[in-house]
Amino acid sequence: MRLLLIEDDATAAAYLVKGLRESGHLVDHAGDGEDGLTLALGGAYDAAVVDRMLPRMDGLSVVNRLRDAGNQTPVLFLSALGEVDDKVRGLKAGGDDYLAKPFAFTELLARLEVLVRRHSPAAVQTRLAVGDLELDLLSRTATRNGQRIDLQPREFLLLEYMMRHAGHVVTRTMLLENVWEYHFDPQTNVIDVHMSRLRAKIDKNFEQPLLHTVRGAGYSLRAAS
Amino acid sequence: MRLLDLFRTATFRLALAYVLLFAASVIFLLGFIYWRTAGFMTRQVDETIAAEVQGLSEQYRRRGLLGLRQVVIERAAASSGSSLILLTAPDGRSLGGNLARWPANAIVDEGGWIGFTFTRGGEQGLARGRAIPLQGGLYRLLVARDISDLALIEGTLRNTLLYALGLTALFGVIGGGLIARTVLGRLNQINQTSEEIMQGDLSRRIPIMGSGDELDELAKNLNAMLGQIEGLMTGMREVADNIAHDLRTPLNRLRNRLEGAMLARDTPDDTKLALENAIEEADGLIATFNSLLLIAEAESGAHRNTMEEVDLRSIARDVVDLYEPVAEERGIALTLSAPEAVRVRGNPSLVARAAANLVDNALKYTPTGGKVGVQIDPGYLRNDGPSIIVRDSGPGIPAPDRARVLDRFVRLERSRNTPGSGLGLSLVAAVARMHGAALELADNQPGLAARLVFPKALPIPQAAQ
Repeated sequence: MRLLLIEDDATAAAYLVKGLRESGHLVDHAGDGEDGLTLALGGAYDAAVVDRMLPRMDGLSVVNRLRDAGNQTPVLFLSALGEVDDKVRGLKAGGDDYLAKPFAFTELLARLEVLVRRHSPAAVQTRLAVGDLELDLLSRTATRNGQRIDLQPREFLLLEYMMRHAGHVVTRTMLLENVWEYHFDPQTNVIDVHMSRLRAKIDKNFEQPLLHTVRGAGYSLRAAS
Repeated sequence: MRLLDLFRTATFRLALAYVLLFAASVIFLLGFIYWRTAGFMTRQVDETIAAEVQGLSEQYRRRGLLGLRQVVIERAAASSGSSLILLTAPDGRSLGGNLARWPANAIVDEGGWIGFTFTRGGEQGLARGRAIPLQGGLYRLLVARDISDLALIEGTLRNTLLYALGLTALFGVIGGGLIARTVLGRLNQINQTSEEIMQGDLSRRIPIMGSGDELDELAKNLNAMLGQIEGLMTGMREVADNIAHDLRTPLNRLRNRLEGAMLARDTPDDTKLALENAIEEADGLIATFNSLLLIAEAESGAHRNTMEEVDLRSIARDVVDLYEPVAEERGIALTLSAPEAVRVRGNPSLVARAAANLVDNALKYTPTGGKVGVQIDPGYLRNDGPSIIVRDSGPGIPAPDRARVLDRFVRLERSRNTPGSGLGLSLVAAVARMHGAALELADNQPGLAARLVFPKALPIPQAAQ
């Protein structure tokens, strides 16, 4: 992916640029809002990571101008302002996702990948498949290797989300936000319990596990390569 | 207090204005009395003279100059002394009357009245009267009355009234000054106390006189406000102390882990594991900070404009749905009893979070084989507001500790070994306060019954939809 990072904190920026490059992405970095806007308007980026508070032009204005100019590059806001209201304001200004500081790098990476994929036009799907696991979105049924799997409604949503992002790391926060629409992390690791239950249903009795735990990050659904 | 300061005070100005208004009323009142008494006497004199003039004119018309002279001489002889009369010939000679000659110092006013002084029996007198020209002004008739006594009475009256005015003004000034001093003294007290408080002694209070007047009321209100501020300040200080203390422990653990990873001659895998543990520790710290921030935000009312209509039943369903696998894993029966939709005004995210915290807590402290029940109560059966009730069969919270556990970082001794930040119930309490709701903790016999009671039947604005 070609990524643009607009972040004024030099230490954080250096760390993010390094991390993103090591993950195999091309990264340009701007230290303030005006430079960031110039770069964003000039280059064809797959996604931009924009800090909310920037010198010379704040993040919201950068994205506003970008959208006014007809540029639809997906934007992920970074901010120390992490409450729901701030998120809403960021998303209204044209941001596509919002990540509160401090955050885990894996969380940022996972969200960027989802963001870019979401923006690449995909045909309306009625069936999702990963390996021999199939999900019929019309009849709301799941089968693996032809065997019917019984899923609770929420388990179905969870599996659907995992399958839509198959091959990518999905964090617990992303699952809470997208499957449960909760913008907070419960004290107990409820997601892990839900995942182990899902795993018991789709992976138990099968030789190849599809649902993988990614240490320190979250989960990933993928067929054995 | 310096004189200049006295002039600057509002109370003194008020007293001064009062004195001035008072003096003006007294001047008007006394002026009226003067006009009614002295004026009345003068008018009586004037009427007597006018009647006399009319009578003499009648005589003159009927009996001519000689006849008039006869009457004048008769009247002068019969005069008691206060009535003055004089008829003069063209050469100024007296033809009759009780005045020696025509007065030289007569002053004629606009109404044709003349005032003059005269000498009789060696005494000088003051007179007022009218002059009537006869035969084309050759002869002149003077009809007047001695008003010396009247002038004396008038003078005395005037002096008395002026003294009265002076005394009234003096009393007004003294009274106003006293009132100003008393009120100022009490305001001064309030000011002094405020200054002492500003210098850092928050325990000072304004003395109350017990008179129950507005100043006492002010002092009471100020004292109540000071009490509230002091309470908040103490709370803040405790919170700051708690934060400093309770964050030091995890920070220390984090530091130890990192240090251990650096010093130990472990395999790269072990180092990685140590670092992962350190990150976990840091994540815990971040979560604690987020909770603290959220509590602070809820308490400052930052979310007050994000209120919307929320259905407690659907919130409870989602929360139970989220925790159901956790309960199952721990062998706890998690049930939901919510027969109908119950709407309240609230911030959906925060209400959900509060409900999740209550369920989370209940599951955490309930032993395997126990029960956790979530109930949505519309409230109208017990004539109360709608509520979310979470009951568990755990150890419960002893009655004396129930208020304390709502404070930040308070964890009861026996829960030291369960994971948690001690902020869960504080957050629920903060969310409750923000919604005007109450968090009640009661004995579930056994276990804890936590009840989040929203305000009763808030009118839901239909126009907004």
